[in-house]
Amino acid sequence: MSRYQRSGAGATTTRPGSLWAAASFKPVWAIAALIPLAFLAVFFVWPVLALVTRGFYDSESWTLTNVAEVLGSARTWRIIRQTLTLAVLGTLGSLALGVPGAYVLYRLSFRGQKLLRAIATVPFVLPSVVVGVAFRSLLADSGPLGFLKLDGTLVAVVAALVFFNYSVVVRSVGVLWAGLDPRQVEAAATLGAPPPRAFLTVTLPALAPAIASAAALVFLFCASAFGVVLILGGSRTGTVETEIWYQTTALLNLPAAAALSIVQLVIVVASLWLSNTARARQERALRLAGSPKQLPITKTGIPAICCTALTVAGLLLAPLLTLVWRSLQTRTGLGFGNYALLATNANGNLSVSVWRAAANSLVTGVVAMLLAVVLGGCVSFVLSRTPVSRWGRTLLRFTDSVFMLPLGVSAVTVGFGFLITLNRPPLDLRTSWILIPIAQAIVALPLVVRTLLPTWRAIDPRLREAAATLGASPGRVLATVELPLLSRGLGLAVGFAFATSLGEFGATSFLARPDRPTLPVVVYKLISRPGVDNLGMALAAAVVLALATAIVMALAELLGRGEERGW
Amino acid sequence: MADGQPQPVPFTTERHSMNKKLLALAMAFAATLTLSGCSGDTPGGTSSPTTMPDTLTVVTHGSFSLSDETKAAFEAETGIKVTYLSPADGGTLVSELILTKDAPLGDVVFGIDNTFAGRAIAAAVLQPYRSPNLPSGIDDLLADDQGSLTPIDFGDVCLNADIAWYAARGQAIPQTFPDLLKPEYAGQLVVTNPATSSPGLAFLAASYGAFGQDYLNYWEALAANDLKVASSWTEAYTVEFSGSSGHGNYPLVLSYATSPMYEENEAGQSATVALPGMCFRQVEYAGIIAGASNPEGAKLFIDFLLTREVQETIPDEMYMAPVNPEATLPQVWEKYVSVVTDPITVPAAVIAANRDNWIREWTEVVLG
Repeated sequence: MSRYQRSGAGATTTRPGSLWAAASFKPVWAIAALIPLAFLAVFFVWPVLALVTRGFYDSESWTLTNVAEVLGSARTWRIIRQTLTLAVLGTLGSLALGVPGAYVLYRLSFRGQKLLRAIATVPFVLPSVVVGVAFRSLLADSGPLGFLKLDGTLVAVVAALVFFNYSVVVRSVGVLWAGLDPRQVEAAATLGAPPPRAFLTVTLPALAPAIASAAALVFLFCASAFGVVLILGGSRTGTVETEIWYQTTALLNLPAAAALSIVQLVIVVASLWLSNTARARQERALRLAGSPKQLPITKTGIPAICCTALTVAGLLLAPLLTLVWRSLQTRTGLGFGNYALLATNANGNLSVSVWRAAANSLVTGVVAMLLAVVLGGCVSFVLSRTPVSRWGRTLLRFTDSVFMLPLGVSAVTVGFGFLITLNRPPLDLRTSWILIPIAQAIVALPLVVRTLLPTWRAIDPRLREAAATLGASPGRVLATVELPLLSRGLGLAVGFAFATSLGEFGATSFLARPDRPTLPVVVYKLISRPGVDNLGMALAAAVVLALATAIVMALAELLGRGEERGW
Repeated sequence: MADGQPQPVPFTTERHSMNKKLLALAMAFAATLTLSGCSGDTPGGTSSPTTMPDTLTVVTHGSFSLSDETKAAFEAETGIKVTYLSPADGGTLVSELILTKDAPLGDVVFGIDNTFAGRAIAAAVLQPYRSPNLPSGIDDLLADDQGSLTPIDFGDVCLNADIAWYAARGQAIPQTFPDLLKPEYAGQLVVTNPATSSPGLAFLAASYGAFGQDYLNYWEALAANDLKVASSWTEAYTVEFSGSSGHGNYPLVLSYATSPMYEENEAGQSATVALPGMCFRQVEYAGIIAGASNPEGAKLFIDFLLTREVQETIPDEMYMAPVNPEATLPQVWEKYVSVVTDPITVPAAVIAANRDNWIREWTEVVLG
C-alpha cells in the first residue's frame, strides 16, 4: 500500500503543508494508534498469548515436546489437510458464484437491487447454529432437497461456506466493478472482441486485485469456520478450529490446542499477507477508476443474471425460507403462534423472554458498535496515512495485520484466554457484562477497519492541504474536513459492526450471564431442547434475528450510498 | 459449543401457589440454617455467619434455572447477594474450573455431571463438603467417598421411539441392546457423537456399563446395522428423528427419559416413548470451588438446593429429577416420564479414567 502515494510521501520527501510534516500533528497520530492498540493488546493479544503459552508449560518447566508431538501426528496433518481443502473449495465456490453476482448486483442497475444486496449480506452475519439447522432441514433425507443426498457431505459444508461468504466477494468485486470505465470494454467490442473475450482480456485483469483480496478474506473466514463445519460436516469432518475447540473444552489438552493455534496463526498470516499484497495493488488500481457507473441490463448480461438468480434463490433464499417455513409450524398447524410465544420465557425454559433477550442484543450491539467504530475509526485513520520512513511503513503494515487477526483466531482461545487473564483487579471483568460488547467489538473491528480505510484514503489530500494552508490546525482539519467526508462511509461500518454484534455467538456464549442472554444465545438454548414449541420459538427467534440483521444492513446500504468500497 | 446439555424440558402446567410455597421454603430453610450450625466437622472449618462475606458467585452450566422467587428466598434468608454465571456446559465447565484454579471463577459450582466429575475431582478444584440436607439412601449417586461433589438432581439418557412409526409398520419397538443389532431394526437409530455431545458420551458409557471391555464389538455391529451419527442432540432430535416436529427418517433417537413430555399430541398422548432398558443415569452435582472467597456461603447454597422445596421446583425448572426421594414430581412427569428402575451406572472414577480412550476407540470403529 506504500505505493499508493497519497500525500507525496512515497517519494520520501514531504511536501510543505502535508499533514504528515506537521510536527504538532504527531501526538494525535500517536494517540489514535495507541488507544486501539492498547485495547487490542489487553482484550485480545494478552488473553490469546496467555492461553497458547500454557501449552508450552509442562507443570514445572517450559517444553516443546508436547507441542512437537502434536505437530508430528498423522491426525493433526489430516485435520490441516481437511481445513485447507474446505477453505480452498469454499473460496473457489464463493468466487465462481460471487463474481457474476458482483456484476449483477453492482455493475448493472435495476429496481430492487438494494434489497437484493441487503439479502445477500444477511447470511454473513447469521449465527452458525441457525444456518446449520436451516441447511440440515433442507438437505436431510426427509427435507425438500433430500433427494440430492448431500447431507453430511463435503458439498454441504462447502455450500454453507459459500452461503456465508458470497456477499464478501460480491461486495469487494462489485464495488470495484461499478467504478470501472465502461468505455474500455466498449472499445474492445468495437475492435471486434466478442463479450467473453472482452471480459477475459479487459475486465477480469482490472478486477483481479479485488478478486484476490476477496479470495484471501473468504479463505480466512472458511479456514476458521466453526459452527457450520461441526453441524453440517457430519462427524468425520474436523478442521483446525473444531479441533482446537474439542481439545480445549472437552479434553483441556492445552499443548494440542497451542500447537493447533500456531498452525492457525500460520494460515491466518499467510492469507493476510496475500490479502495485503492484493489490496495494495487494488488501491493503486482504484486511482484509475472513474466515478461509479452502472449499466442497464443487456443481452450479454443474461448468463450472469441467470447465475445470480439461481444463487440467490437456491443458495441464499432456500435455506432462509426453509427457516421461515419451519418457524410457522406450530402444534396446531401453520400460524404465527411461535412468534406470539416470543413474549414469554418458554414456560420458564429461559431466564427472560425472547424479546427481552432481543433488547439485550440491541443494547449490547450499540455498545459494541460504538467501541468498534471509534476504535476502528482511529485505526483506519492511522493506517490511511503514509509514513515517510520505511520503518514507519513496515510498522503500519504490521499494525494493519494485527487488527485483522481476530478474524482468524478461535473464539474458544479468546474466551478461555479471558478467564485466565482478566481475573484480577482492576481488570477482573470475568463477571462483568461489559466483556460481551468488548469481545464483540474485537470480532467486528477488522470489518470496520476494512470498511473505513478506503474512505479515509479516498479523501483528496488537497482538501486537507488547502485547509492547512488557510491556517486550520490539524485537529480542526480533522473535525471540519475529514470527519464530514468520512461520515458517508461510516454508515456501512456502523451497519457491519452492529450486525456482527447481533449475530456473534462464539465468544458471547462463553461470557453471557444467565440473566442477560443475547438473541443468538437464546436461539441456541431453545434449539437444544425437545418440543415443538421450543424448536418453533428458536426458529422464530432466528427469523427475527435474520430480519433485524437485514434491516440494519439495508439501512447501512442507504446511508452508505455512493460511498461503498470493497474490503 | 456444538452441543450443550440439551436438558429435557419445561412444561409448567401446574405452578403451585407460589406464595404459599415460598413461605414454606423460607421457613424450612431457616430451620436448616439453625441445623447447619451443628455441622462443624467439614473441612475448611466453620466461621461464624457474621463474618461471612455478603456476596456469593454461583458458577453453573447453561441449563441452570431457578425461579426468581426461589433465588429471592435464598437472598432474603441469608442476606447474601448472589451473582449467577453460566460460562459453559459439561466438560467445558470442568475445563474452565481447572484453568482458573489460581483465581477461581466463583464460590460454588452447579452442573458438573458424572461423566466429567472424575476429572474435576482429580484436578482438586473442589473443596469436599457433606451437607446436612443430603438425603440418606442415595449412595449410588455420590461421585466419591470424600464428598467432593453433592448430588442435586439426575436424569436418564434413554433411547426414544416414535410410537406411530412402529405402529404403522406393525413392528415391535426394540427394547434391548441386542435388539438393536437385529436386521429388522437396521437403519432406524440415530445417536450423537460422544466427542461433541453429552448424551452421546452418556450412551457410550452406558454401552461400557452393559458390555464392559466388549463394548467396542457391540458398536462395530451397531455401526454395521446402518447406525446414523449426528454431531449434536439438536440435529439428531429435531432433524433426523421421525417423532419430533422435524419428521425425519429415523424412528429411534438418543434423548432423555423426559423428552416424551414435549411430544404430547391433540389426543393428550405422547407421540414418543422412552425405552427404559438402555438408560444411563446422568447425575448433576454442586460443589464448593477450592479457594472460594465465601466457602460458608457456598455451603448454605448447597444446603438450599437440597431443601425439599427447591428440590420440588427442579423438574419444572431444569427438567431433571430431584435426588430427594421425598420430593413430589409434577403430574405431567407421572404421566409421561418412564420410570427407569434399573439404569446403567458407571462410577465417575471409571468414566474419568477411560473417557478419552473410549471416545478415541469409538471414533475409529464407528466413524472410521
